[in-house]
Amino acid sequence: MSFIKKHEKLEKNSILLLISIIVAVLIGGVVEVIPLFRTETVIEPVKGVRPYTPLELAGYNIYIREGCYNCHSQQVRPLRDEVARYGHYSLAAESMYDHPFQWGSKRTGPDLARVGGKYSDEWHVAHMVEPRDVVPESIMPSYSFLLHTGAKIDDLGQHLKTLRIVGVPYTDEMIENAEKDAIAQAAPADKVDTDGFHGRYGEKVLARDFDGQPEMISEMDALIAYLQVLGTMVDFKSAEEVEESAP
Amino acid sequence: MTDGNKKNPGHQGKEIDRVSGVETTGHEWDGLKELNNPAPRWWLWVFYITCIWSVWYWVVYPSWPTLSGATEGSYGWTQYKKLAAEQQEIIDRQNAYLDRFKKASFSQILKDKELYAFAKAGGSAAFKDNCATCHGTGGAGGPGYPNLNDDDWLWGGEIDTIYETILYGIRSAHDDTRISEMPAFGKDELLEAGQVEQVVDYVLSLSGKGGEHHGDLNAGQQIFEENCASCHGEDAKGLRDSGAPNLTDSIWLFGGDRASVYKTVFEGRKGVMPTWVDRLDKQTIRQLAVYVHELGGGETREASASEQAAPMEATPVQDESSASDEDVAPSEVAVPDEGEDSIDEEDSSGVSEPLEETAVPVEEAAPPMPEETETNSHDGE
Repeated sequence: MSFIKKHEKLEKNSILLLISIIVAVLIGGVVEVIPLFRTETVIEPVKGVRPYTPLELAGYNIYIREGCYNCHSQQVRPLRDEVARYGHYSLAAESMYDHPFQWGSKRTGPDLARVGGKYSDEWHVAHMVEPRDVVPESIMPSYSFLLHTGAKIDDLGQHLKTLRIVGVPYTDEMIENAEKDAIAQAAPADKVDTDGFHGRYGEKVLARDFDGQPEMISEMDALIAYLQVLGTMVDFKSAEEVEESAP
Repeated sequence: MTDGNKKNPGHQGKEIDRVSGVETTGHEWDGLKELNNPAPRWWLWVFYITCIWSVWYWVVYPSWPTLSGATEGSYGWTQYKKLAAEQQEIIDRQNAYLDRFKKASFSQILKDKELYAFAKAGGSAAFKDNCATCHGTGGAGGPGYPNLNDDDWLWGGEIDTIYETILYGIRSAHDDTRISEMPAFGKDELLEAGQVEQVVDYVLSLSGKGGEHHGDLNAGQQIFEENCASCHGEDAKGLRDSGAPNLTDSIWLFGGDRASVYKTVFEGRKGVMPTWVDRLDKQTIRQLAVYVHELGGGETREASASEQAAPMEATPVQDESSASDEDVAPSEVAVPDEGEDSIDEEDSSGVSEPLEETAVPVEEAAPPMPEETETNSHDGE
């Protein structure tokens, strides 16, 4: 077979083989890498997704610090059973401001992509303090210390600034007011003026005392603020219109 | 395997192995030579076929990234379309019941054996996914989360009251949510510490508790009448318009021991039930309403008429429901996204009408149905 004979030439000539390998790897690299510079073309244009508020971002950082992603995914796949259990499948746009995204690949616990609004704040506090109190069969560890640990909010402006470098559209005003906004979101509504905060992040943003301890902003406040916004940003009516208009 | 281990004789002429008669590659290691046998033919063919198959795959399925997305493939296959088709399949199977279910009022559903089973099966599945986390798998609740099996209802146990509660929640983020608040009498200094003690004594005495603590019940009663009766009623039996619980029975949402009741009066309570109208589709919520109503404590307005139909069936069908979960396809929770539009539109006509016709003042609640469930699990907590 002449084809094999030709291949023999390639195998026996190290320079030729080297060049061929480089060409093959380059093609693979180009195919894999170039689309990454064009991700915006595959993100469904969806209304409603906004950058996290400073307090939510603090919660997101706690989520990562505690390794929640080891047991919880944040990605409802477009499969029948998942959609029936968790709700609308996740869209790329929903995690476009996550750096890094928390899709995860392991579900020891349930998926959390749409957990926002599914349970009350009190439930989350009780569950985080002692998961067995509300879900008897749970094997989740207790995170009761979050309730007594103050959230670190004085450096949130720096976090916002860093995220802006990778493309999250935080404004100068947001960066400047990061700490104040975190306080505004976690305090009981009647105690702090939240107008500026809502002006920056929208009226829909939940601002309340999440952990039931009005006297302090705990890590529990931050984490619950984060959990309560998960999966609630997208306006699915407009998303469906986009999908339907697609071929 | 380097080329120049030994001077390669293959360049000059072929070296044939004497034993097998096969040409060698010219490589030699300590006297062992490598034969230049071709790769097995079957292996090569598998390789060629996979190459051809991959070309077919490129054409037919979405595969190649381009600068503006990716190639779509001639089949036009996407995960989303597959999901939509599968969900359509569910809806088609459900449609055997769904059409009638949409049009039927709750009282009709309770009377129609088939619709009733359909509602209970779907409601049971949705309950496990969404409600059991707080209310417990059997609906027995827990401290702060009402027991759904008993006859004690905060906002009302009629089926359309339950439906509305599930739709919009209680103190939820929805605009139409049910709202009320037990004030923090102690914390917000509406009452002095001693007065809180007195009113707690009085409240405990209403259900025959608090024996160990002998406070001044008259003072407590007066405080109660001035501060509590507007929501809990003069007789302390609760008012459903404000979701104020009955204080004379032995069912306690946040615990009926002295410390819990004290905490309730001192700090106030405001349990939250989330809104489900944006999360589940309307028919699923209607199924849930029927399911919860039939857990054991459901109340009916036309007691004489529907008590014969519904509650009689309640016991047998309850057993059936777990089985029908599997074999009756419709138990699949209809999914919020696909086909919601169509359901929604028909909904508004289908759902609201029966609601309107049954809109009767809440006070006329029928006497509670005969008790059939175990007594509340958190009695005396």
